[in-house]
Order: sequence, then structure tokens, then C-alpha cells
Amino acid sequence: MSEVRSPVLPAARPVVNPDTEEFWKATAEGRFIGRRCDDCGSAMWYPRPICPFCHSSNTRWEDFTGRGTVYSFSVVHRAGGEWKGVTPYVLAYVELEEGPRMMTNIVDCDVESVAIGDEVEVVFEDTGHGSALPRFRPVRAEAGSQA
Amino acid sequence: MARGHDLHEYKGDIAMAMKDVAIVGVGTSDFRRLYADKSQKNDVYQLAAEAFRDALEDCGATQKDVDGLLCVNIKYGPFGDMTGLTGPGFVHDLEGTGRMSGVALQEACSLVESGAAHTVAVVYATNGRTAGLKYGGGDADPAGAYDAMYGMTSTGAYLSMMYQRYRHLYGAPEDALAPLAINNRANGARNPIAVFQQEITKDEYLASRFISQPLRKLDYCIINDGAVAFIVTSMDRARGMSKKPVRVAATAGRAELGRSYISPDFYYATSAAVAEDLYKKSGIGPDQIDCMQVYDNFLPTILFTLEGFGHAPRGASWEWIRDGRIELGGERPMNTSGGHTSESYMQGFALHVEAVRQVRGEAGERQVENCGTVQYMCVSPIVTSHIFTAD
Ligand SMILES: [Zn+2]
Repeated sequence: MSEVRSPVLPAARPVVNPDTEEFWKATAEGRFIGRRCDDCGSAMWYPRPICPFCHSSNTRWEDFTGRGTVYSFSVVHRAGGEWKGVTPYVLAYVELEEGPRMMTNIVDCDVESVAIGDEVEVVFEDTGHGSALPRFRPVRAEAGSQA
Repeated sequence: MARGHDLHEYKGDIAMAMKDVAIVGVGTSDFRRLYADKSQKNDVYQLAAEAFRDALEDCGATQKDVDGLLCVNIKYGPFGDMTGLTGPGFVHDLEGTGRMSGVALQEACSLVESGAAHTVAVVYATNGRTAGLKYGGGDADPAGAYDAMYGMTSTGAYLSMMYQRYRHLYGAPEDALAPLAINNRANGARNPIAVFQQEITKDEYLASRFISQPLRKLDYCIINDGAVAFIVTSMDRARGMSKKPVRVAATAGRAELGRSYISPDFYYATSAAVAEDLYKKSGIGPDQIDCMQVYDNFLPTILFTLEGFGHAPRGASWEWIRDGRIELGGERPMNTSGGHTSESYMQGFALHVEAVRQVRGEAGERQVENCGTVQYMCVSPIVTSHIFTAD
């Protein structure tokens, strides 16, 4: 379980369909779940019933750890719509521990401090519609564990 | 210098080359004139009709000679109405994305080769600037919504993330893209219809503000209004027309389809496969290319392209482009009309026209000397490339 909190960046209501309803319900409870294929073992993002690797429908929900590393990122300085007022923000591709890469934002840090390879963990931002957007923040070194 | 591809591999299998198709007529808007006035929304069909008329005039044909029509970013119905091209034997609309410029020529060639049409018009038009259009938002499909919700508001952000990773892997410095920006502007300065004709220095490049860091405003394509048309027919017919035909010596393509624009290897493997096919079909290798037209929606795309197509060593194209190599008069002049950051952003179509003008020797002040072979390359989710030669 992770924190569900008020958003620090725009948190639009996601489009929920029967295939993703359970995912979005879980986000509202601070749980990060994803789909895994029981035939070829692959984890997938975004959630959908059919495995893109082997076309099996034998896929199921699984708790993801909500941890990963920054695969790449960009500090966005110019944007439109509701994002216009919140620049600069960090748009990133995070490689999840389970393998897939997902688009997200890196929050709770100086935008200039983000680097490829940084370890990050999920934090949920409430959309106000029974769902929350998974964003990521740097994993803080725990007390006493600094080298 | 080590190269990604060995020319000797491409000498065989010339029988596969496409020998029979040529571009015979080209037409474009005056991009500079259109850019000067954004007070009113331009009619895309008017722009398209003018470019089509110019392309027909260029080859001495009329709309009655055209029996195949490929419209890109516009609809065939209003275009047919506007131009009196009301009964073509084959019609197809393609989506308005940059990757479609290479695909459109490939389709035109296939139509001519198969006999489904004898003379094909490819017509592209946009009023993106005066209509206030945004290109490439992330919410066009359900999967794209997973990007849009995070503020992925333009394709430039995808490119900036790819380029961030490229820099991380290959150590490209902050000014790595400067020669590309400078080259496009220097070429634009020699092109009377280019939107931007002012040369820039490296300092000016580095002072350009970040849009999606590490990409700066000067790394982004222009958004401008305009149209492009070209006429494609068999070499036999082409020889009876008014201008020297420009042969499509070979064309090749391969897709890399996915939910994201971000390719983990910067489309390298896909581009290398296209390159191998293209060089084999044409019997021409990168060292024999006199002039390159490289699709540059954002400048890092050029680096990925030069590496994937074997012009520059993998991971080192940012060094290869230095010291005038890509400039007019250099070893391999590139984007001689000014490319998408200086001439116009016609999503690859105007680069095709520039390729034709270079082969014909019609490029005026920016003409590459003894230019017999031009390569177009587009690295995107559909990678395409053609080689154009004089008849
Ligand atoms: Zn599977």
C-alpha cells in the first residue's frame, strides 16, 4: 500500500473501461497492480486482457512492487492546456521492477536533480473520481544506510 | 572511420531494383510568403490545388492525365472538386503524419509498377499554423491516454526522452545538435521560399530556450502552412514529358510499431534493415550519396538516421556531423533546402521535392555540384528511405 494524496500535478480523470476498472479501483486504495501472462510469464503495461507477446488470454492481475528506475526523462518547460501552469515538470519513462516501461512523472524532487538510473517508487495522486494516477518519486536513502 | 555498413554488400541483386518509376513534376507553396501573414486561416484545398497545378505545369501535364490520387492530411472529395480531378481510377487518403511522406511515394510507385494507375498525383497540404493545430498529442488512442495523463503534450517530448537516453549512452555534449541547427539555417538562407532565412551561430543556438529539455526551440520543426504535390509515372512516360525525369532507383521501408514513439535503440535495427534492403536494391551505398534529405521533425532524429543508415558510426554521428561534412560543399550535404527547422514543416513532402530539384540541377544557390544521387530517409515508427537518381 502506498500513499494516496492530493495531486501536485494535473490529475485528470482516466478513461475507465471493463478491462481497466480493477486497476483504477486499486489505485484509489494505493495499490499498484498490473497484468501478467500465465502462459509466457510476461508482465505488461498498460493493463489489458490479451498478452501482446503470445496472444494468450490467460492473464491475471498481480501486485506490482511499485518500484523501478528512471529509463529516461525530460524536463518540460513549455506545455499546453492544464499543464501550462505547472512547468517545469518531469516527464519520465520508468522501467518497473517487473520489466515493462511506463510513462509517468517524477515528483517530490528538484526537477534538475533527476537522472537516468535513479531508483523511484510509486505515489498515488487522487483524481477525485474514485481513481488515482500513479506517479513516482525518488527512493530516499534510509537513515543509517548512507555509504 | 568505421562504418555501420559495408558498401561491398550492396553490389549484388541489382535485378531487384525498381527501374521503371520516376517523379516528373513537383510543386510547393511559397512557404515564406504564407508565413508572413497569419491573420486569416488558409484554405488547405486552395493551397493543395495551387501545388498540384504547379506540379502539373512542371511536367507539362493536366489533371486529365492523372489517374491515381493520394491525398495526405486532406480529403480526396474536396480536393477533386477544387481541381476538377473527378474521375481518377485509384484514390486513397493517408493520415497527416510525417512517416506518410515516404509511404505515399512507395504507394505511388507500387501503383505504377502494378499498372493500377499510370500517373499518380501525391498531394499534401496543411494549414496547421493559421488553424492553430497541435501536432502529435498523446491522446489520439486509448493507449495514448496513458501518456497524455502525464503531460505528454507533443511528439517533441518523446524525442527529448530518446535523446536524453542517447546522450546518456554515447556522451553527446550539450552543443551536439548545434551543427544541425546551423546547417539547416545556412541552407535556408539560400532558399528563397524558406520560412527562416537568417543564419545562426553556435552561441545563438545555445541561447535558444528549452521546450522539452534537453531539446530547445531551435531543435523543433516549424509549424507553418503550405502544400506540396508531386507527379509519379513510369519511366517510359516520363521520358516524353517536359523535364528530365528523376528516377526512384529504389525504395524500402519497415515499421517499428508500438504504443510509444520511443524506440529503445533509436530505431537503429529497423533503420539498418531498411538500409540494407535499399542499398541492395539500388546497388548504391552510403558513400555514393551526393546529397541527403533527412526527415527532421526534431533534430536528434537526424543523428538516429545517419547511424541507422550507415552514414555515420553508431553512437558517434554527433561527431561525424561536425567540421562542415554536412554543409553545402562538404562531403555529404544534407537538408539543402533548410529542412524542417528552416524551410518548412511539410512532414517530409517538401524534402522529396528538394531531392528532385537537386537531381535536376534546379536548386539555384544551394545546388550540390554534380548531384546525381540523392537519398531521402525518414526515421519514425515507419522507417522509409528512397534513392533518387538522374535517368
Ligand atoms: Zn504471454
